[in-house]
Amino acid sequence: MKTTINGRSVEFDGDGEMPLLWFLRDIQGLTGSKFGCGAGLCGACTVHVDGVAVRSCQTFMADVENANVTTIEGLSNGDTLHALQEAWIKHDVPQCGYCQSGQIMQAASLLSENPNPSDEDIDEAMYGNICRCGTYQRIKAAIRDVAGGA
Amino acid sequence: MTVQLKKVSRRGVLQGMGAAAGLVLMAPVVSKKVIADAHGGEGLKSSVYLMIEPDGTVNIDIHRVEMGQGSRTGLPQIIADELDADWNRINFLPAYGDKKFGDQNTDGSTSIRMFFTAFQQAGAAARAMLVEAAANEWGVAVSDVDAKNHQLINKVTGRTADYAEFVAAAAELPVPEASMLTFKAKDMRQYIGRPVRNIYMNDIITGSSMFGQDVRRDNMLFAVAARPRVVGGQITGYDRDAALAVDGVVDVVDLPALQLPALFKPLGGVAVLATNTWAAMKGREALDAQFEKGENAGYDTTEFEKTLWQSIDGKDTNHLKRGDVDAALASADKVYDADYFVPHQHHAPMEPPAATAEWQGEDLKMWVCCQDPQTVQQTVSAYVGKQPEDIYVEATLLGGAFGRKSKPDFAAEAAILARHAGRPVKMVWTREDDMHHGYYHTIAAQRVRASVKDGKVTGWKHKAAYPSIMGTFNPAANGPSGFEIGLGLTDIPFEIDNLQVDAGDAKAHVRIGWLRSVANIQQAWALGSMVDEIAAGEGRRTDDLWMELIGSDRNVNPADDGAQYGNYNAPIEAHPISTARMKATLQKVVEMSGYGKEMPKGRGIGISVHRSFVTYVASAVEVEVTDDGELRVPRAWMAVDCGLAVNPDRVKAQMEGAVVFAMSIAKHGAITAENGEIQQSNYDTYPVCRMDEAPHVEVVIMDVDAPPGGVGEPGVPPVTAALTNAIFAASGKRIRRLPIGEQLYT
Repeated sequence: MKTTINGRSVEFDGDGEMPLLWFLRDIQGLTGSKFGCGAGLCGACTVHVDGVAVRSCQTFMADVENANVTTIEGLSNGDTLHALQEAWIKHDVPQCGYCQSGQIMQAASLLSENPNPSDEDIDEAMYGNICRCGTYQRIKAAIRDVAGGA
Repeated sequence: MTVQLKKVSRRGVLQGMGAAAGLVLMAPVVSKKVIADAHGGEGLKSSVYLMIEPDGTVNIDIHRVEMGQGSRTGLPQIIADELDADWNRINFLPAYGDKKFGDQNTDGSTSIRMFFTAFQQAGAAARAMLVEAAANEWGVAVSDVDAKNHQLINKVTGRTADYAEFVAAAAELPVPEASMLTFKAKDMRQYIGRPVRNIYMNDIITGSSMFGQDVRRDNMLFAVAARPRVVGGQITGYDRDAALAVDGVVDVVDLPALQLPALFKPLGGVAVLATNTWAAMKGREALDAQFEKGENAGYDTTEFEKTLWQSIDGKDTNHLKRGDVDAALASADKVYDADYFVPHQHHAPMEPPAATAEWQGEDLKMWVCCQDPQTVQQTVSAYVGKQPEDIYVEATLLGGAFGRKSKPDFAAEAAILARHAGRPVKMVWTREDDMHHGYYHTIAAQRVRASVKDGKVTGWKHKAAYPSIMGTFNPAANGPSGFEIGLGLTDIPFEIDNLQVDAGDAKAHVRIGWLRSVANIQQAWALGSMVDEIAAGEGRRTDDLWMELIGSDRNVNPADDGAQYGNYNAPIEAHPISTARMKATLQKVVEMSGYGKEMPKGRGIGISVHRSFVTYVASAVEVEVTDDGELRVPRAWMAVDCGLAVNPDRVKAQMEGAVVFAMSIAKHGAITAENGEIQQSNYDTYPVCRMDEAPHVEVVIMDVDAPPGGVGEPGVPPVTAALTNAIFAASGKRIRRLPIGEQLYT
């Protein structure tokens, strides 16, 4: 089967039940999508499939046949960072950083669907992404910035 | 907290682990050349932590690890300031285990406070050498040469020169004695006290940062293991062929059985090695491994709680005694008496443990998300027949740790398996492994009794019973040790005549470990709750009662009452228990929060204050409790006196995060055991706070003239009491058991 990852077409001939997360991390070497829970509970592995945020640990390879997968490594446009990445810098969001690629991917998906989310919309969209360091208020501030709220 | 192991080491061969070059404030690529130069190549070397290359590039060996607390940004700030360096010309070198660096155990909120002076000296010495070299060349006095932003300035002629021009000459000069060095005045500082950005920012936001789980080596296998669910259990059987039949599985390997005490030893079991993690996980499932449970098979936390309360009723081991508390209680107008319970907690860092080992002939190299590379060397040593100093251990970034990654059981597994496989192996712990095989925060019962006479608190009797961390190292340990009681109880700063602190017996049946702020978690909660209970009972403001209890401006020394007191491994002369600083911090949070103002029905603000890790933190939390018992926490306030704040933004971030961390403990945290097995497996059964629960936190850093204190941990202790006190203010419901869980539902 074929799938497209960050604009690059790749072949996969293994078990279609392999979660996308492990294909990305172990076979493609794209370790920006993190392994946090393996059960769709923490959001650290969030990527985009055809522009929509999914948990790559719960997405099978068979599900991404002929799909466009974008990971954190493919979010920026070359050296030009995504607006959310810029906002993450401005607010010094990360502490340990492990959950942040998933947080950014989830936020990017939110803003592409809803460019001007309310605080409640943000809480709801980001509910599935845990940050054990507790950077939530800065994540929220960064999303608000890009949404034009600041 | 800090368990001292014998630590010896020698540097192995380094291999760059290529963090991507940054786009903003960078963590540059660490090249082999740079590292080689940094360790014995030509250049100016003023300290084990600092070496300047002939082209002026500054290499800083940051020997402590990064887990989100910000030390790997803060420590170089100290050198850069005293060196007058250009931040963009610094290489931030990874932490690898070597005794030459001193203590590398990134734990106990120690990195900045223990190494501030050594890093100042490193920077100031190199600057002095550069200045002297320039003065010699220019034929002027040392006092006629200034240094600023990587430039030397001849104050007589106005001529400037890059540091690079004088590195070679400066390297020939003797390194000045520490006593000859002078440090910058506070108002001259360029980096210390400034919110310098996290050096890993760009790597993190672009996904190129390298955590323990992310390490990749050529020809590497991925391993997961089935381990006994009960500590001290043994594997009795498994279906090897079924595992080997899984596509991608390469081998099935027995791990050495655990001989108690647990220490940091691997737990035993059997590992599956595969060409990817998913195959290894499927192979593990196919094993259908069987275990016998061993001596801890009967551990049941519901039953164990009863044992703890029996211990509270039973024999006292005294840790501090001032006056005659029993007499004060007997003659009181009123006695306040409350029991507090906190269940086991778990670190649950976002990144489960992981370690990678690679043998190159007889050389062993490891990349581990560890809090202390020296402890990894020591632990692995016993399993591979090598001296600790002969094992190269590099700390990757840590995706959270909170104490769990001080314990390198998982690293030993990787080293054993890599030797067996004859190729690099990454040992991957899953979330379930992390939950089932933790070093849990203890399970604690406390009884607090306070006497009030003529409106004044006259006596305080505080008893705690819980299994000690020491039980992980010494099976004879029975109840809290002195160092644990010293985290909030023997250092109770109350100016009252009668004070007694006792401990009760309790044996450990799981591996007990230190979790962010350690015994302060339960002890500061009980303390802060009881002050609020008394204030409520006496019809007083809680801040007023705190001020009265803390009393006059003075330095408290628990040794004056006969207590053994560790003061977080800091000299008490340099880091006294200052009641004035504690009161000022509390006063600040009262101002910030408006504590005491009229609140609408169902809303309330609670406060508490605590000194830990030689830092003072006061917390105020606002809650709303609806009629049907829903809890909302819209806002929290933190006032922190950590002495000098090297990086104020990272201090603020730690306080913000501490609120969320403490709220997770207070609202949700409970690890339970039945038939010896931990019942929680993932974030569904061990929930932590999510975004919709997180309050907006406002932080004020107190402006004080004092040496740096701890930052990573001290934010946690006061928050729990502030939260439960706020719940009382809002609803009249007093929380004496954690987690809050469904207690508020009506």
